[in-house]
Amino acid sequence: MLMYTLKRLLFTIPTLIGVAVLVFFMLRIVPGDIVEVKLRGDGGNVTQEVVEQERKRLGLDRPLIVQFGDYMWGLARGDLGISMWTERPVIEEIMIRLELSLEVAILATIFATMISIPLGTAAALFRNTWIDYVVRIVTIGGLSIPSFWFGMIIIVSLLTFFNWLPPITFTPIYVDPVANLSQLIWPALAVGYRYCAVTARMIRSSLLEVLAEDYIRTARAKGVYEKLVVSRHALRNALLPAITVMGLEFAFLIGGLVVTEQVFNLNGIGQLFVQSVSRNDFMLIQGMVIMIAAFYVLINLAVDLLYAVFDPRIRYGN
Amino acid sequence: MEAVVQSHSRAAQSSVPLLAVEDLHVQFETSRGIVRAVQGVSYTVNRGEVVAIVGESGCGKSVSALTMMRLLAKTGRVTKGRILLEGRNLLDLSDEEMRAVRGHEISMIFQEPMTSLNPVLSIGMQIMEPLLIHLKMTEEQAQVRALELMQQVGITDGKRRLSQYPHQLSGGMRQRVMIAIGLACKPKLIIADEPTTALDVTIQAQILELMKNLSRELGIALVIITHNLGIVARYADRVNVMYAANIIEKGSADDIFLKPAHPYTNGLMRSVPRLDEPRGTKLQTIEGLPPDLRMPPAGCRFAPRCPHRLEKCSQPIELIDLGAEHSARCHRVNEIMSGALKIEFPSGDTVASQAQIGDKPLLEVSNLKKHFGVKAAGAGFFSSEMATVRAVDDVSFTIAKGETLGLVGESGCGKTTVGRVVLRLDEATGGSIKFNGVDVTHHSGRNMRDLRRKIQVIFQDPYSSLNPRMTVGEIIAEPLKVYGIVPEKKARLDRVGELLTQVGLFAYMSERYPHELSGGQRQRVGIARALALEPELIVCDEPVSALDVSIQGQVINLLEGLQSRLGLTFLFIAHDLAVVRHISDRVAVMYLGKIMELADRDEIYRAPLHPYTKALLDAAPIPDPRVERARAPRALRGEIPSPLTPPSGCVFHTRCSIATDICKQDVPKVRELKTGHLVACHHAG
Repeated sequence: MLMYTLKRLLFTIPTLIGVAVLVFFMLRIVPGDIVEVKLRGDGGNVTQEVVEQERKRLGLDRPLIVQFGDYMWGLARGDLGISMWTERPVIEEIMIRLELSLEVAILATIFATMISIPLGTAAALFRNTWIDYVVRIVTIGGLSIPSFWFGMIIIVSLLTFFNWLPPITFTPIYVDPVANLSQLIWPALAVGYRYCAVTARMIRSSLLEVLAEDYIRTARAKGVYEKLVVSRHALRNALLPAITVMGLEFAFLIGGLVVTEQVFNLNGIGQLFVQSVSRNDFMLIQGMVIMIAAFYVLINLAVDLLYAVFDPRIRYGN
Repeated sequence: MEAVVQSHSRAAQSSVPLLAVEDLHVQFETSRGIVRAVQGVSYTVNRGEVVAIVGESGCGKSVSALTMMRLLAKTGRVTKGRILLEGRNLLDLSDEEMRAVRGHEISMIFQEPMTSLNPVLSIGMQIMEPLLIHLKMTEEQAQVRALELMQQVGITDGKRRLSQYPHQLSGGMRQRVMIAIGLACKPKLIIADEPTTALDVTIQAQILELMKNLSRELGIALVIITHNLGIVARYADRVNVMYAANIIEKGSADDIFLKPAHPYTNGLMRSVPRLDEPRGTKLQTIEGLPPDLRMPPAGCRFAPRCPHRLEKCSQPIELIDLGAEHSARCHRVNEIMSGALKIEFPSGDTVASQAQIGDKPLLEVSNLKKHFGVKAAGAGFFSSEMATVRAVDDVSFTIAKGETLGLVGESGCGKTTVGRVVLRLDEATGGSIKFNGVDVTHHSGRNMRDLRRKIQVIFQDPYSSLNPRMTVGEIIAEPLKVYGIVPEKKARLDRVGELLTQVGLFAYMSERYPHELSGGQRQRVGIARALALEPELIVCDEPVSALDVSIQGQVINLLEGLQSRLGLTFLFIAHDLAVVRHISDRVAVMYLGKIMELADRDEIYRAPLHPYTKALLDAAPIPDPRVERARAPRALRGEIPSPLTPPSGCVFHTRCSIATDICKQDVPKVRELKTGHLVACHHAG
């Protein structure tokens, strides 16, 4: 298992190199120039000479292949380069926002897991009763209502009913948990609703499938308590497909919350993404794409390892 | 108060049977109407007795068993009747009371050992669970008892097995685990629903022997539900035959097998080819299909298929007592029992003469090898360490034109792979295949297309081998179109109609979809599709094993008829020795990728030379209690080894009773001991 994990980690390297190469050249194909945006974006009247000078300063006048080599060499040393706009290290720009985005994603996952397992289980056990219908209506809502809109409803409700708005400055959880949670719990709820809906539906359908399996009949024929039939015999099997979905959703939440972050005025990865794209900040975009790709790979690995924990038929390594 | 109840129940025990099912009615509400799956079924089971319930699929035998356990699907409902366990009506118990009965007083063993154990729980956990729940044992006590149980059901190395998971065990082992679970709380009754249907012949014999012995030793009553009459003959004390939701005959095993009263029982017995009787030219078959249980016939339910029906058969009928606990549900039962009415079933169109067997071989397979590379068992995810499965290892045989070669063996012996390689669905790893004298082992392109026309296949599972989105007509017409044999649409339709008639269906059925047909009809469609190209050789891969007994006979007769009419050559692959004996001219027995013995059909069944062939024949049940009781207990032990790690020398030596040191070292050569009788055994002859 350990060997397997190490090997899988080793394999992330070529994946990330591939991502880096791809994103580097794709960004260069897209028209647009950071210097133009930076100097002339607000209608500033700047001479061509100044523009050239700035390009030279940023190293954009060098041949593409040299820029690429430079970039890859940096990557090899774990250096993502320097943001072309703020001129601070990319890694720093990402890190100050990652904390917030990661926390929202984790909170949303906790919320979704806590709600979706009982919800999906109840719907499956009481299939085609009012309980099932309510769960199905609630979850179809989660799938069809955009998170940002649900977020807006939350904010408006907080304002009208409690005459209160969540704080807009980020306080790390280890500094002041109350302030931190009173800010981040709302966006986590907003995105967690969808997350929860996806997983609950997954759990419902896979549990229904599992409950029809022969081994469930065997368990009942043994005289196992119905509660145990569900929790010990059925749920363990039914959670497997749900884990995959949860992993993908989690990875999406880091970096995918562009609009929701706007709604809650959060300075997260999503917002940074939008900014860097509109500013043509190649270095920052590259860094973020690589980071998000790394997250996806790692979360997938975590999902695969979790699978092995739940399902003895899957044993990696020996 | 309690003492009174106890003494009362003890008094009751002596007179009351262990289990009494009284006038049970079960129905299912489906979107297409009410299916009355069990109607008026009554029977009793005494302590320590083995009672069989026999019938074809859909007759209600499993439903009645699940009702006893109160494990019916939600759509199922008991509308009438009682199920008394020691005088206590199980249908009146609360859910919690019933739960306490399940696994404690009544256990159930299911058909599919592969899917009946929970894949994510350890074997130990699954055996210990009822002990922890019903007997309130501690973990340690339960573990001790689990080890004891595993020993009892013949699982060696119990300690290690406890922490293993179902996927690490073979089918036979899993069924032993199921039996251990069933025995755990020393129940009074075990219901076994087709306990050996999914297992190989030699393993089936082991499991049945085990169950019978356990029930004798521990005084546990056993209800065996099965479609296999052979099993019943050896192991049952009493037999109930079900047809279309009714019990149509009940009696002792001797009564049912030696003096069957009901025409259906008679028909069932005659439509099965038997190992112990001379091979007749044709099987007698029960024509038609069982009735639709949404609207069964008002009178005798078997009347529409009965060759001896009279006017009065449309009147309702109850079981008629024939004395000595033998009874049957038939209007003409007295005529039958007195011998005034001889039951005869049609055997299809009689064939004038046997097909002419030519002297020139149509198919010559020499030293055929098919090895698969699979990831080695212990290799990691990224390891490229490969193991070789020798699915087919040095197999040679010939089939003459018009001949049928039967290829028998247990699962994993490579018989299906031989068929696939001959069909060129898989490429041979070594050896050669000659068809009509031409080496076709590496044919490709145009040559391959021509070859495909001449070699066709009939698959095992008529449910999954026909495309559900195509009509029967489209399925049969497809090869005609692809090969441009009948280019015009109109002519093609005619040809499809012709083919359908040839296989005993009707031309109008070409508009139907596979799911609208019964299993037997679908298999006939599969046969028509194979015939469409007018092939010379047909590879029949277990063509009847998915079908009910009465339907099996129909399909076998059809295949035989087609062979003699069209001069076809068959490679007939099957695990059922009796079926193979019935249809084949010569028989090859395979084990772990090798042919053990090959001889003329009569020769191999009369005087088998290889110990494996002997063991197979010994293990095959025969539907006659006298014959069965006279036979020695089955000797073949052990599991079929994994083809990944086949034993050295003779692959059979690990299970062979006469194996010596040489068998462990040298691979036996195939020797021709008599003309045309080939054996691969050091000690044969």
